[in-house]
Amino acid sequence: MLFQPINRNYHDFSIVRDKDLCINCKVCVRQCSYEAHFWDETRQKVMHDNAKCVGCHRCEALCPTSALLIQKKRSDFKDNALWRPEFLKYIYKQADTGGVLLTGMGSPVNIPVYWDKLLLDASQVTNPSIDPLREPMELKTFLGSKPDKLEFSKTKDGSAKLKTKLAPQIELNYPIMFSAMSFGSINFNLHVAMARAATELGICYNTGEGGLHKSLYKYGKNTIVQVASGRFGVHRDYLNAGAGIEIKVGQGAKPGIGGHLPGEKINAMVSETRMVPLGSDAISPAPHHDIYSIEDLHQLIFALKEASEYRVPVSVKIAAVHNVAAIASGIVRAGADIVAIDGVRGGTGAAPGMIRDNVGIPIELALAQVDQRLRDEGIRNRASIVAAGGTRCSADVIKAIALGADACYIATSALISVGCTLCAKCYTGKCPWGIATNDARLAKRQNPDVAAQKMVNLVRAWGHEIEEMLGGMGLNSIESLRGNRDKLRAVGLTDTEMDILGVKHAGR
Amino acid sequence: MSKKVTIDASGIYYRQLNEQIREAIAAGATEIVLNNVNSQRYIAGAVEGPIKFEVNGVPGQDMCSFMRGPYVRVKANAQDGVGNTMDDGLVVIEGLAGDVVGYAMRGGKIFIKGDVGYRVGIHMKAYMEKLPTIVIGGKAGDFLGEYMAGGILLLLGMYSDKPSEPIAGRSLGTGMHGGVIYVRGEVPKEQIGPGLSAQPLDDADKAVVEGIVKEYAKELGLNAKEILAADFVKIKPFSHRPYGNLYVPA
Repeated sequence: MLFQPINRNYHDFSIVRDKDLCINCKVCVRQCSYEAHFWDETRQKVMHDNAKCVGCHRCEALCPTSALLIQKKRSDFKDNALWRPEFLKYIYKQADTGGVLLTGMGSPVNIPVYWDKLLLDASQVTNPSIDPLREPMELKTFLGSKPDKLEFSKTKDGSAKLKTKLAPQIELNYPIMFSAMSFGSINFNLHVAMARAATELGICYNTGEGGLHKSLYKYGKNTIVQVASGRFGVHRDYLNAGAGIEIKVGQGAKPGIGGHLPGEKINAMVSETRMVPLGSDAISPAPHHDIYSIEDLHQLIFALKEASEYRVPVSVKIAAVHNVAAIASGIVRAGADIVAIDGVRGGTGAAPGMIRDNVGIPIELALAQVDQRLRDEGIRNRASIVAAGGTRCSADVIKAIALGADACYIATSALISVGCTLCAKCYTGKCPWGIATNDARLAKRQNPDVAAQKMVNLVRAWGHEIEEMLGGMGLNSIESLRGNRDKLRAVGLTDTEMDILGVKHAGR
Repeated sequence: MSKKVTIDASGIYYRQLNEQIREAIAAGATEIVLNNVNSQRYIAGAVEGPIKFEVNGVPGQDMCSFMRGPYVRVKANAQDGVGNTMDDGLVVIEGLAGDVVGYAMRGGKIFIKGDVGYRVGIHMKAYMEKLPTIVIGGKAGDFLGEYMAGGILLLLGMYSDKPSEPIAGRSLGTGMHGGVIYVRGEVPKEQIGPGLSAQPLDDADKAVVEGIVKEYAKELGLNAKEILAADFVKIKPFSHRPYGNLYVPA
């Protein structure tokens, strides 16, 4: 037998091909961008290489005779609670290459999910619940700075007129937005889909840091344009194209570091939009090199406000880290109209695994603390809070709002709605589902119309569910739930955790 | 038809000053003279078109950020962030400038007579005809041209107030993956970022440097011949993917 590196046998998946069902049609060969399936000329039949399978399930989904099954590789390491298999595999890989472990999507490690430990209230007998199919329910959300007080003057006919000048707001029909996924990390078809879906839903999508293609400017009313440390595609038209501008300081999946969009994903269109050489890595430095302090952040916030002539709110997105409440307070005092907080479980197209799995804190704790801190300091009205990082369903959204969020960013959910199976290989640029790839052959697997419809369906469905849950609590407006932690109870949490979350235990 | 407007900036907060500038431009001004400028921020920020600015006094942070097109002449020193993410136009600073000049600059030119601070020309970009250019007549602080993805940095080291400093601070060009840094004379090896080295100019480089120097000298009333009378070196990326081998799929 030929010598093989130890690595080669410890792959994650096995391809099981039912010999009776397989008709050698080669669909799997064409579908697999990792070349796990291949046509064996000698044997005159389709064969596969298990070591190349990433577990995306594309072949399994498209096999016309259902002959394929993708399984976890059966061969297990000897049980060991400390040296779990992933650590052995990591070490083998690093010993072979000397490389930093690169991963995609949100962290799969077992970090507590507090959403699962929080339960919602409902009305019984008193304060009757409301039937959203019968009664109007208000999910409308405005993001932006709210005034400390309102002043009115009297008009000639005796009616009141608002004297206070209101700050610009982003108007959303649902308390949900599509979070930042840059053009380049995902392809143009999905940017089109997000833009159309956001427009149809009356919400916003975030461009991410890769700029905005000219043809998408028409969706500006439903677009938040992002400015990150690499400043890709940032210019005066871009800043004036959207309904809001977001400064990306941090991301939940990789707090404290920048980003490298791998050269594999830099095709002609991405190179043009980002103004970086074809095939080179698009590097976003770890910090913005013009922001080394809260004062510098203030400077950039107002540079952007000047550039957009104060017409749109400016958001600052940070990763949830240990002192997130104090940082958020600084951000609000620096003039941000929105603070977006991305928790440790947030997704990414590429992040070093050690950072993704070990740096940051869960969004639930961060959100509760930021909301409380801003309230305690009397500045909660000055900025809206957007929560992000592993929002899986409408219950997560509604719990986030009860904990103090004004809205939630969703990204992984939006990708799953168009077929993502969380194989977590986004950084290869070979996404077989046509999502995290700029290869034209693969990207065309996403039809923008179909993808837009799926995203619309998802958010509408969540909207209905939120209305049901709101109605069940006897509330007819999402505004009445915002920061209303009395509607939450904890199960199985410690006193410290409940103290941080500001919730009582179930039964209390 | 040109229309000249003069604005006295003394005692005016930046927000009002910039509003006045925008109003003047909306009313057809093509030439704007700002007198008694005293650290007002964002002057000419995001202004578009062939407007001429004369800035008398020291402008504040982020002058010419996101600017596209204007010609701006500062008759004094400038502060930090000149030409932040600037898109097009020409900025001439007759004195020195602070930190982060031309951060993520996308096009146009910045000519500075004197020294500059830290982190100048970080992450400059280029695409097709868009080729941002910064010329520094004096010396530069640390991290000049870090993460540069495109464009041209030209460092002369001649009109400096820091005689004992090296021509450039440490980590020159670290992580650069596009563009070029030209330096007049020598640059100490230990000041250059990992993997990079100073190389002699070829004929194409010489033509580029000569063209830029002539324009620079003309704008600042300097002697181009004297500037070109020394040898130059260039620092170019050693790879367009300097961190391409850093990772292994987990």
